[in-house]
Amino acid sequence: MTIDRRTFLKLASAAPFAGVHGIARAAAANEARKLLVLVELRGGNDGLNTVIPYDDPEYARLRPRLGVARDQVVQLTPRTGLHPSLEKLHAIWDAKELAIVQGVGYPQPNLSHFRSIEIWDTASKSDEYLDAGWLARAFALSPSPSTFAADGVVVGPGAMGPLAGGSVRAIALTNPEQFLRNTRLAKGGGESSNPALAHILRVERDVLLSAERLHAGRKFTTEFPAGAFGNAANTAAQLAANEAGIAVVRLSLGSFDTHANQLGTHANLLRQLGDGLAALREALVEADRWRSTVIATYAEFGRRPRENQSGGTDHGTSSAHFVMGGAVKGGLYGAPPALDRLDGNGNLPFAVDFRSYYATLLERWWDIDPRRVLGGNFPTAAFL
Amino acid sequence: MLSLSMRVLLATASFLLCSAAQAAAIGYDGARHLLNRAGFGASDSEVVEFAALDRAQAVERLLAGARREASLPPPAFVNAPFEPYYRLREMSQEERMAAQRKLLEQGFELRAWWLREMLLAQSPLTERMTLFWHNHFATSQQKVRLASLMYRQNALLRREALGNFATLLHAVAKDPAMLVYLDNAGSRKQAPNENFAREVMELFTLGEGHYGERDVKEAARAFTGWSLDRESGEFVYRRIWHDYGEKTILGKSGRFDGDEVLDILLARPETAQFIATKLWRELVSPHPEEREISRWATVFRDSRYEVKPLLRVVLNSDAFWAPENHATLIKSPVELVVGTMRTFGIHPFDLRPAVFACAALGQNPFSPPNVKGWPGGQAWIDSATLLGRKQWVERVFRGSDPTTPTMALENAPEPGDAAKATPPEQRYRRMLERGMAGYGFDAERFAKSVAPARDRPDRIEHLLLATSAVNRPEAGLEEPERVRSLVSDPAYQLK
Repeated sequence: MTIDRRTFLKLASAAPFAGVHGIARAAAANEARKLLVLVELRGGNDGLNTVIPYDDPEYARLRPRLGVARDQVVQLTPRTGLHPSLEKLHAIWDAKELAIVQGVGYPQPNLSHFRSIEIWDTASKSDEYLDAGWLARAFALSPSPSTFAADGVVVGPGAMGPLAGGSVRAIALTNPEQFLRNTRLAKGGGESSNPALAHILRVERDVLLSAERLHAGRKFTTEFPAGAFGNAANTAAQLAANEAGIAVVRLSLGSFDTHANQLGTHANLLRQLGDGLAALREALVEADRWRSTVIATYAEFGRRPRENQSGGTDHGTSSAHFVMGGAVKGGLYGAPPALDRLDGNGNLPFAVDFRSYYATLLERWWDIDPRRVLGGNFPTAAFL
Repeated sequence: MLSLSMRVLLATASFLLCSAAQAAAIGYDGARHLLNRAGFGASDSEVVEFAALDRAQAVERLLAGARREASLPPPAFVNAPFEPYYRLREMSQEERMAAQRKLLEQGFELRAWWLREMLLAQSPLTERMTLFWHNHFATSQQKVRLASLMYRQNALLRREALGNFATLLHAVAKDPAMLVYLDNAGSRKQAPNENFAREVMELFTLGEGHYGERDVKEAARAFTGWSLDRESGEFVYRRIWHDYGEKTILGKSGRFDGDEVLDILLARPETAQFIATKLWRELVSPHPEEREISRWATVFRDSRYEVKPLLRVVLNSDAFWAPENHATLIKSPVELVVGTMRTFGIHPFDLRPAVFACAALGQNPFSPPNVKGWPGGQAWIDSATLLGRKQWVERVFRGSDPTTPTMALENAPEPGDAAKATPPEQRYRRMLERGMAGYGFDAERFAKSVAPARDRPDRIEHLLLATSAVNRPEAGLEEPERVRSLVSDPAYQLK
């Protein structure tokens, strides 16, 4: 079908109205928008020692010092298992609520932390530079209902990542009670054509809007592990239990940038991750939010299969990620690491484009058309 | 259409205006602009002193004051004998925890020491540039652990802060804290560690996109063997770990060692462009103008990477002084905290609350988030840090008793003190009560420090704000309340 110029102009001029209707419809459909909890594994997690192909002889050959021994692995299938620090995820796997997506990456991988996380945050091509985060674009297209406390909440320090840019309503906080105590200092009002000042005024407005609709101090019988990530999991549970909706909560843990002496550092980080996520699940069950929440991990890259001589691993490419929730279809997705097919730099090929990972969350969780957010057609996976 | 002669006339006029601007006194606003951006805040008397100078005179005065050493004696722990890393490994669990607490404690001492140096500095520009290079060659105590190595690196950054970038780059590459932070200390020829080799190209010299994966691998080979002496913690070259083979880096081949690789990177035009762009974002505006930056980069390269000539051309440039670039930058937490203290003459005896404030606001010196440093710009301000900034300002300018612990203190890193038994909240509150006592804004002293003038209220506004207030102070507001209103304004976050 071809569109002649007149029809095109008609369509173009009708577009603003279409936008308004689109928003109204989306708002109605998303009155009870489901929650997505994203967990960033800062610094690039070693996927190969997280989800372990313990039966692959290449694994032992590439990891003489760092390899996890077969009898230490938390075995999930005859070929694949988890790092022993992640033992608490075993119960979620057994409940078939844990999906493991193996080989998540993208073509022409960039091995810089900063460029690669930008690619992940903006869902761009490897050589494409986009301003807004992928979630900011999604919410611009399909805004959360105005009754929501916020589109997204970033817990703890760090940049806004996938929620940066655009007109998204996102706030950052570490502890909701403390945040609410301090909101008395925010003042509304004021406009400015100075971009720096306009940014400050917008943050201030978002604080005030969220403050009205955020409640804190819910106590769980669930015990959260000590430490920053345990506290962040607690905060995520409180936000999930909040009456006014929130579409996204972003947590982060790191640094996974284990170039040297990886064994202890990595085991410790994975312990925090596994214990924190298990506690979060328990609290979400307690708050009756487990079925309406999906938790998904991401990172800028995985690490090089062959260990280096400092007892660490250098920057790599594709990696395994976890998706869990009451509505998740547990199991293995993607493809196990092809250790016999490393590229010229000794890195893994990818099996699942990270934009397919995102497309699955957008379409199957929120019913948002992923093509309009991701600028391309990426097949969705069956984990939701 | 303008006639040709008209155009010539206009061009001549604008040239004359331009040079007239350069020769004229920079005035009160100009002086505030210069001192805030090339330092940390400024008192009324400092601003008045610079206001009478022209651009070149003002800039020369700042450059002439540059120092290579701190004015304060180093923290006491620096003089203690070096504690090698392996001792930490040999300790019992209990001993190790005590040692770690001590290191944490030394870290706080070091941070308080640096903030004190910034606060008292005769040459704020020196500390400003030391902080700039700390952000450029970002290294964190969280990984390095030994505060003594962090101090040594800080002394190095200060020594070359306004010295020579090439010298600094070579020295940083062999700096013990950096060797530990980017893992080069253990890099051997059989399987080199690529961490330093990558970041030296991506973040310290060329910038992303100006090298390939192969260059990283080859450079990593050249840096093998650059390590640390176990006993002294000094740089040592381990020949047996070094790869003496031929490498090809950025199209050049040879049996390169690390120094030769650094020289290859310094020979690339991208390096000067990269540093100059960073300086633009630091000192001018968030929107780099490539042509002007290229001019600066040329000066930088022609002077063989001397920092002073670069700063001279930057601080004298029309871009730096352009009114449209005023108030376009967001103050960093250190600039906000130290700048407020300098502007109002606040000199507390304990600077740890200021360290905690900076940390809670997102800029813990000696602990940047990663090797790229603090992202800065608009990222300084999100809902959490904006509220934290307001709270800090409120505390300083209200002097009210602390009924609720501040975010700054609640979120602050553990002080690592003995008092582990007391709940953190109580501990911080106590420290706050003790420590923040010296942070109050003394309205009377401030009133005396600002020279009386007919346009006094206006002048205080010009001292504190780089652009007009969003919420104008109510008419007829008395001075201390007027000052409070101005520092609480969103415009106070800008420079």
